Amino acid sequence: MSWNLDSNRPIYPQIMERITMDIISGTYPPGSKLPSVRELAQEAGVNPNTMQKSLSELERTGLLYSQRTSGRFITEDLSMIEQTKNAIASEQVKEFLKKMEYIGFTRQATIQLIEKIEKEEQP
Amino acid sequence: MNPILECRDLTKRYGNKTALDQISFSLMPGKIIGLLGPNGSGKTTLIKLLNGLLVPTEGHVFIDGLAPGVETKRFVSYLPERTYLNSWMKVCDIIGFFQDFYEDFDKARAYDMLKRLNINPSDRLGTMSKGTKEKVQLILVMSRRARLYCLDEPIAGVDPAARDYILSTIIQNYDENATILISTHLISDVENILDDVVFIQNGHIRMIDSVENIRFNQGKSVDTLFREVFKC
Repeated sequence: MSWNLDSNRPIYPQIMERITMDIISGTYPPGSKLPSVRELAQEAGVNPNTMQKSLSELERTGLLYSQRTSGRFITEDLSMIEQTKNAIASEQVKEFLKKMEYIGFTRQATIQLIEKIEKEEQP
Repeated sequence: MNPILECRDLTKRYGNKTALDQISFSLMPGKIIGLLGPNGSGKTTLIKLLNGLLVPTEGHVFIDGLAPGVETKRFVSYLPERTYLNSWMKVCDIIGFFQDFYEDFDKARAYDMLKRLNINPSDRLGTMSKGTKEKVQLILVMSRRARLYCLDEPIAGVDPAARDYILSTIIQNYDENATILISTHLISDVENILDDVVFIQNGHIRMIDSVENIRFNQGKSVDTLFREVFKC
């Protein structure tokens, strides 16, 4: 039961998010084979039917493709992976900016703070 | 596809106390279903009716179209709330017992699970702790390649680590056409592996829905919903 799932949200989108992260971070390299539904369900501690649904949805988005007899694979379309990565990164930044705004930091002040921390961290 | 389980106006009374009151519902095969309800809601009565340990006062219950009996016991694997095994027996003897009794019993699977849970097959049941006994019984029941598993409070006395192992064993071992009916209070532990839940209260079906629908429509976990619906 090692996947930290939020118990207040439906499970299948959370699994999709998790596997998408594993794809864009390279944990599952492009073109590699995904473990079986059952293995993944067991690893995540979820119902195999739910895992099946998440994987079918990911196939629909194109991040995964299935080969009739040999299982599911990660897309080899690098530009697609790159696009997904950028979309997720932008979302993360937007969320971050919203939080900063909430605690009273303007965009300008936030960017200055980032630059300051960047300088401090450089030896 | 025919339902694996069907109840039609199922009623069970104990004297003048009504435990189940004209329950009608059916379950399709291939799912893991949680039977959830407060104490005294009728969960165990329902499971006993499915296994022919009780007979309906009125109405009918069908397992794959058949009334509970010798035929259905061939493919229904039942974990009762209380043990019926003799405490002087060794685990390996009980395994032999099950193998003689049930055609669908997979001995290798049973020994494999015993090993994973560090249970010595030559130990006697009477020398074991409550939790270990429960593990042994669950192993026996899950080692059958049944079509319907009825588990009455399967993980209540088991520690959290073993609980995780048992749940992952259920996920790994169950055939995709098999159905598992789990009655439990430990909702948060099992809800991720459930397809559907049946809420039962005072002998009535309160709700049948999928876990995903509940979370999607209510924005809360089944555990939270249960606490709200059955608030004391």
